[in-house]
Amino acid sequence: MFIHALFFYLFASVCVASAFMVIAAKNPVHSVLFLILAFVNASGLFVLMGAEFLAMILIVVYVGAVAVLFLFVVMMLDVDFAELRQGFLQYLPFGALVAFVLLGELLLVVGAWVINPSMPTTITAPIPTTVTNTEALGLVLYTQYIYYFQAAGLVLLVAMIGAIVLTLRHRVGVKRQDIGAQVARNKETAMEVVKVRPGQGL
Amino acid sequence: MVEALTIYFWSYAWPLAIMVAQSLLLLVILLVAIAYVLLADRKIWAAVQIRRGPNVVGPWGLLQSFADLLKFILKEPVIPSSSNKGVFLLAPLVTCTLALGAWAVIPVSAGWVIADINVGVLYIFAISSLMVYGIIMGGWASNSKYAFLSAIRSAAQMVSYEVSIGFVIITVLLCAGSLKLSAIVAAQDTSWGLLGWYWLPLLPMFVIFFVSALAETNRPPFDLVEAESELVAGFMVEYGSAPYMMFMLGEYVAIATMCAMGTILFLGGWLPPVPIAPFTWVPDVIWFTLKCLFLFFMFAMAKAIVPRYRYDQLMRLGWKVFLPISLAMVVIVAAVLQFGGLAPK
Repeated sequence: MFIHALFFYLFASVCVASAFMVIAAKNPVHSVLFLILAFVNASGLFVLMGAEFLAMILIVVYVGAVAVLFLFVVMMLDVDFAELRQGFLQYLPFGALVAFVLLGELLLVVGAWVINPSMPTTITAPIPTTVTNTEALGLVLYTQYIYYFQAAGLVLLVAMIGAIVLTLRHRVGVKRQDIGAQVARNKETAMEVVKVRPGQGL
Repeated sequence: MVEALTIYFWSYAWPLAIMVAQSLLLLVILLVAIAYVLLADRKIWAAVQIRRGPNVVGPWGLLQSFADLLKFILKEPVIPSSSNKGVFLLAPLVTCTLALGAWAVIPVSAGWVIADINVGVLYIFAISSLMVYGIIMGGWASNSKYAFLSAIRSAAQMVSYEVSIGFVIITVLLCAGSLKLSAIVAAQDTSWGLLGWYWLPLLPMFVIFFVSALAETNRPPFDLVEAESELVAGFMVEYGSAPYMMFMLGEYVAIATMCAMGTILFLGGWLPPVPIAPFTWVPDVIWFTLKCLFLFFMFAMAKAIVPRYRYDQLMRLGWKVFLPISLAMVVIVAAVLQFGGLAPK
């Protein structure tokens, strides 16, 4: 258990520290890089809990795709840091008030939080020990809750089509490459042999 | 006390020591192999163009890669003054470390693997999706137009081709019924030998995988990230000496990983091509190496023969050709397995 605990504290502390650096870093690109570090460490925590499939999916989806887009956008933006920091003192009292209210609410919630003493005994193992993680998730998602899963997929599909419809523009006069038309060209359609008389031109 | 220490030693320290020793062994073998793979790449390229290639250092130029290594580490690393220094130096490290990390789960023979995890395929997929960070970080931190353009290109290219590689992997997983790399190889172990490997039943997917692997590792004809003729050397333009070497090393290790991945998913891993006597006597690891080298030879030939794609053609191929085909194949393979009664288990 010693090594297990060691790795838990390693991943957890790096995760919390990098999460803090996300908001503390001055350069937004550094913020995104710290966010990626936080994601990777969170997936390390998943591995420690035995949720290996979730850990890998976290990396593939969030780090491999979502964070790339974040980084992309942040790098392209021309952020003027001086202008950003100008209003800092002006907004400080209001920001502090919001933060204070949030802190108070969090303290109240955590203070009133009691775990039901009989809870640990009622928890059944979420994953049967005989099947792998991936199989167990598949059984739940694709067998037990297949209709809900499909409905969620439909919602996402609608969102995707909506985004495409919003940005799709039909511009006239744009020359696009039509590979089929290019390949279908032959000698007769592509070439015209003209007899040019000397001194007269075409 | 002594007893507790003994237990501690045998249950924690000893397995850890074995794992470290295995990793070091793998690392040394891998790096030496990469040195010769690099040489082979240059030699094949040269042979196609009727040149001799590197032939000065050592017999037939066999020590060329080591001479290059010495040159790289002895040169002075130049860091551009307007670059973002931390990220600039972190980028090659990220590329190199991630590329080498992928080899932890690759089984080169039955049981010859450092960590045979249940989600091995996903692990390699995750690592290869992280490889793009080395390029983006390097391109951005260099603070140069060429490098940044290249980083933007690479982000779009790698994310696009990851999608089709993902679907290719899914079809293989449907046939094998496991995400474990050794189980995928075991699923191809039939009495049919080489005809039972997945390259034949999933031939279109094998082709898509091969082309996507070229795009994913930024190899020609998809090396728009580097594009010497327009972006000079792309994201690596500001790098020199050891950081540059780490980028190159990471790139070639990633190529080797893709070859190993293709071998495991489609060419039956360490299985002999004909499961009868003289072929089964050859050690498994030799078959694995031969298949990886065959795939690498194909990579090198593609580099030598095929002209570079234009960027919009690259995107068209990824999104309009490979994605629909691989999506349809996932549905077809799943339907055939389900209704043909061929589904694993």
